[in-house]
Amino acid sequence: MQKLLLLGDEAIAQGALDGGMSGVYAYPGTPSTEITEYVQASEYANEKNIHSKWSANEKTAMEAALGMSYAGKRSMVCMKHVGLNVAADAFMNSAITGVNGGLIVVSADDPSMHSSQNEQDSRFYAKFAMIPILEPTNQQEAYEMAYYGFELSEKLKVPVMLRITTRLAHSRAGVETMELKKQNEGSLPENPKQFILLPAIARVNYKGLLANQINMEAFSEKSDYNNYYDADDKSLGIIACGIAYNYLMDNYQDKKLNHPVLKISQYPIPRDKVNKLLKDCDKVLVLEEGAPIVEEMLKGYQETGTLITGRLDGALPRDGELNPTLVAKSLGLDSVNDIEIPSIVEARPPAMCQGCGHIDAYLALNEAIKEYGKGRVFADIGCYTLGALAPYNAINSCVDMGASITMAKGASDAGLVPAVAVIGDSTFTHSGITGLIDAVSENSPITVIISDNYVAGMTGGQDSKALGKIEDICQGVGVKPEHIRVFKPTKKNMEEMIELIKEELAYDGVSVIVPRRQCVQTMRNKELIARVKDLNL
Amino acid sequence: MKTDLILAGVGGQGILSIAATIGMAALDNNLYLKQAEVHGMSQRGGDVQSNMRISDNEIFSDLIPKGGADIILSVEPMESLRYLPFLSKDGWLVTNTTPYNNIPNYPNEDEVINEIKKQKNYILIDADSIAAEIGSKRSSNIVMLGAASPFINIPFESLEEGLRKIFGRKGEKIVDLNIAALRAGRKFTEENR
Repeated sequence: MQKLLLLGDEAIAQGALDGGMSGVYAYPGTPSTEITEYVQASEYANEKNIHSKWSANEKTAMEAALGMSYAGKRSMVCMKHVGLNVAADAFMNSAITGVNGGLIVVSADDPSMHSSQNEQDSRFYAKFAMIPILEPTNQQEAYEMAYYGFELSEKLKVPVMLRITTRLAHSRAGVETMELKKQNEGSLPENPKQFILLPAIARVNYKGLLANQINMEAFSEKSDYNNYYDADDKSLGIIACGIAYNYLMDNYQDKKLNHPVLKISQYPIPRDKVNKLLKDCDKVLVLEEGAPIVEEMLKGYQETGTLITGRLDGALPRDGELNPTLVAKSLGLDSVNDIEIPSIVEARPPAMCQGCGHIDAYLALNEAIKEYGKGRVFADIGCYTLGALAPYNAINSCVDMGASITMAKGASDAGLVPAVAVIGDSTFTHSGITGLIDAVSENSPITVIISDNYVAGMTGGQDSKALGKIEDICQGVGVKPEHIRVFKPTKKNMEEMIELIKEELAYDGVSVIVPRRQCVQTMRNKELIARVKDLNL
Repeated sequence: MKTDLILAGVGGQGILSIAATIGMAALDNNLYLKQAEVHGMSQRGGDVQSNMRISDNEIFSDLIPKGGADIILSVEPMESLRYLPFLSKDGWLVTNTTPYNNIPNYPNEDEVINEIKKQKNYILIDADSIAAEIGSKRSSNIVMLGAASPFINIPFESLEEGLRKIFGRKGEKIVDLNIAALRAGRKFTEENR
């Protein structure tokens, strides 16, 4: 078997390919993007026709993966944590339908919000849906869990969540691969009604899911990834979930760890092992990346029995990513170094690239909107969210994919007229179209700026479903053609752009303005340039 | 035997090429390796770092603890100071002296250099000028790797071999320029430490 140097994301992709996956479905989102990109670049995947094209959003991706599972093949769907909110309807119900071919749902959380608007913990979703979670400690386990996850899913007949966090997703280490498995032959579900969630059938399926919990616990109890390491000093026991185990062990590289440790990487949590630790130890420290979900389960509401300590009582911070230093403090170990960053060091926030088309669009918008006053620009998720920073200070909101258009509509309903939405081309096809339909159906006085750079820019220039289709989509949902205005955002065109935006701001109805210029980061992408030329954009 | 490095710079300055070269060399020497990178929004002209750990023993954490780094290797002077809480008391701060000034409140350059000179062990190197002398301005990141190489527990030849593998498909000329850059950086440190 070969040894590869892989990011955690890439290890998952390789593990899934070796584990017999027939397709991956995803919408790009940091820190999950590289999983799908790895499959897209894989010669083996292309040769075997393994699906890896981007989906319009996480919900369509989740549903397509479920469809592949229905047809008997192994599929995987990947998203960032907030993408799971978009996919939640399909995700929750996939636990009720169950699976035919193995189905892995990868959710990549971003504690400390390196590149996200919140740090929600996806383990809550899996617990909510009552399905197992695999939470790898390192890149090798990430590989193995993707490989083994399909089998687990097929044995338990439910989707399995593979939960990772930024640090593992974007860190490289050596990974040993395993024997390549064949893809499943296609097959229909044994029970032809399994996937029909009419109430009468759903009730039966739900009882099945409840009854299945005991099997899930049994698998967790004997999982190779949940390990109990006994030790003499029982004044303290430690539960370390997923990557938190690394930060624990890092503190004992040069000394003996003499407390019992339970490493948890497969959920539901292994009841017998947990109870043994609680019974044997005076106090239990819970180390987990993300929310204190295990800590809360053990603590319950009453402060009786074994003392549980962790993020809830301040032994560890309630929010943010863990690291070896924080874990050392929670264990009462000395911190080596308390040097501060010199005060001369200034913050260097990310910014839009020099020459970016979004910048020119914002400069024109700022000028055009002046006469109406501040506080009326609703933006969305993408590089253009950086328009919030100086010197532009151009936007007033960024909430979730697609919220620009719908929030502008709601604000205009409240009398904030004109209200402006700023959304990127890829975010528009992800979740903007339905909002535009709402606005058109009431002829809301909003101006929607779809800042088109031909790609999903912030995640690294992935394909945009909107390429060459924006005007047709807008016209198709009912925006009047004379109020769909396209221009090229450049310094030279500034006067013209300002005038055009002013005209549409003054219009008492839905208008769409499309500033259109290729993302400067993609200027060497020959394939994209050829497609743009073909489309005559 | 371990080396914990923090690679520092600004998005787009090429710290991932440095990391890839060290990574390739570490693999060739059958060492354990972990290398945490920054992707996504923060890559857009913001401060970026990569935690790189090499050891002949198993490595657990992807992140280096405070006070644990043997080397801060920075391709930009102010950025080298941002990670001081992570430098061990005997660690080396190796930094390029050419500022990357993309913020309105960039501090006085002399004051930044003075702050660096307060450290116990430091190498200040004008990697951009050295790279320009060699005839490859874009190789200043590899000059920096050369400058830090005496403190990295990997044979120098393995780093050269790593460059051959990383830049091999760009042709012999690019490989040679980068190897010259690596050697020039190392020479500077050997003469100035």
